[in-house]
Amino acid sequence: MKHNGLFSVYTIKEMRLENAHACTLLFNDTLPDTQPGQYVMAWLPGVGEKPFSVSGDDPLALTVADVGPVSHALNQLCTGDRVWVRGPLGKGFSLTSQNLLVVGGGYGAAPLSLLASRARQQSLEVTAVLGARTRNDLIMTSAFEASGCHVYLATEDGSTGIKGMVTAGMEGAYEDFHPDGLYACGPTGMLLAAAEFAREKNIPAQLSFEAVIRCGIGLCGSCELPEETCLKLGIPAGFLVCHDGPVVYLNQSFKLPKMQPI
Amino acid sequence: MVNLEVDFLHLHLKNPFVLASGILGTSASLMERCALEGAGAVTSKSCGPEERAGHDNPVALAWQGGVINAIGLTNPGAREEIPLLKETKHRLADLGVPLFASIFAPTSGQFGEVARMIAEAEPDLIEVNISCPNVASEFGTPFSASCESAAAVTREVRRAVNLPISIKLAPNVPNIGEIAQAAVDEGADAITAVNTMPAMLVDAYAAMPVLKNKTGGLSGAALKPIALRCVAEIASRVSVPIIGTGGINDGIDAAEMLMAGATLVGIGSAVWQNGLSVFARISAELSGFIDEVGYERLEDLRGRAIQ
Repeated sequence: MKHNGLFSVYTIKEMRLENAHACTLLFNDTLPDTQPGQYVMAWLPGVGEKPFSVSGDDPLALTVADVGPVSHALNQLCTGDRVWVRGPLGKGFSLTSQNLLVVGGGYGAAPLSLLASRARQQSLEVTAVLGARTRNDLIMTSAFEASGCHVYLATEDGSTGIKGMVTAGMEGAYEDFHPDGLYACGPTGMLLAAAEFAREKNIPAQLSFEAVIRCGIGLCGSCELPEETCLKLGIPAGFLVCHDGPVVYLNQSFKLPKMQPI
Repeated sequence: MVNLEVDFLHLHLKNPFVLASGILGTSASLMERCALEGAGAVTSKSCGPEERAGHDNPVALAWQGGVINAIGLTNPGAREEIPLLKETKHRLADLGVPLFASIFAPTSGQFGEVARMIAEAEPDLIEVNISCPNVASEFGTPFSASCESAAAVTREVRRAVNLPISIKLAPNVPNIGEIAQAAVDEGADAITAVNTMPAMLVDAYAAMPVLKNKTGGLSGAALKPIALRCVAEIASRVSVPIIGTGGINDGIDAAEMLMAGATLVGIGSAVWQNGLSVFARISAELSGFIDEVGYERLEDLRGRAIQ
């Protein structure tokens, strides 16, 4: 890995296919001092730069869904190609529970896989609920199983696991293992449902949000969590996903206020 | 603790620290957050006649000397900006924090039009950004480059609104004092100095500029001595108050900026370096410095280094 004061230049050691639309890029070096849930900005010179959550830190691994020009170019790379990385950035998850309920919607499984493997290394209990539209869209389920998590699957079309949204799997997992903390990553609607679930069960929650991240250093304001979302979560407005997050912490005593009519 | 309250034009601020334009000024909630963190005033992100997405990433990078950015004037357009500013003004009024609204436009005539539209939100001041370094390929040479063009924009905005106006100048000119004079002669109530310095970072391994826009505006520590020089030149030339901006990161920096002739002090990149708690910390540090050295009032610092 070479470092020029702005970016660290990593070389791809392996491209691992996750599903028809996503690869995990495994690099030649570690990403030091990484908290699960943190992200990096990955730059392909001449193409562009986008944020990606870290799915592995030793070595650095980034799971990239092909959704735009930069992620498409990243998916086309080969072993030996280079990627410019700055990070880790933002505030990630912290392991404050003994018995974790991990809930991943779609590609939200990527950062949670690093969290789960860290937790398992510390011999903590981890129950993972992973959801996607179909069986073929699910990613990293074997990684969660290999690290010793209890794994529940949910698909919207019922092609495997519980039929329905990932949130439908939370209740059963909760009843089976009585977790004392909820960790989730996925679309906003799913995270709000997870927050509501954690409130009902009176357990703390850590929720990782997605946003349009541009500067990555808390200056430009592009990634601000909508005020309506903050209100629903019961956190102060003006939350910058790139800098204050991407993980939002909701502690045990938090209340979800009723939405004010606009 | 020394009282840091300061009079600026018709306004009374709790302290001289102003959130600089382009930093987090994109929503009512973010500007309210800055006010709650202790900003004396806040400036909204520059708004132009039409919506702009801005440049593609990379748009901003932290480096050893500060920050380089080419966001590219991302904004929702003046029409959408009006309700945003109204809401912000409403929230800030409850906190006793004035709102400065920054505007830009591609022509001097459109500067007047945008100012007229934005005036509907009744900001406490309109900051006229004639010095963005990151849109030259679309807008040509910034209006801040000459006395004539700076005067032309000031004249249009002055005609358009009765609100106080401050003209934001660029550091990369040979005669910033004369340009400030030209703006004041056309009715500028204040001068904001300076915008970021045009610059470029190259990645040696990539063998190309890092920013997608190739060049960007330099801010942070590397900009401070340039900003101090510019503010001193302006203060020696005109008598209107100056919002001194560029590389101010702690209370001593702020004292230096006041001593160079500024009345208010802009805070931008320091938010990256220190988070939003920078406002409370820098106020405490400035107050401590004034106490330590034995000045009686904040005003005792103003222009002291250029007497």
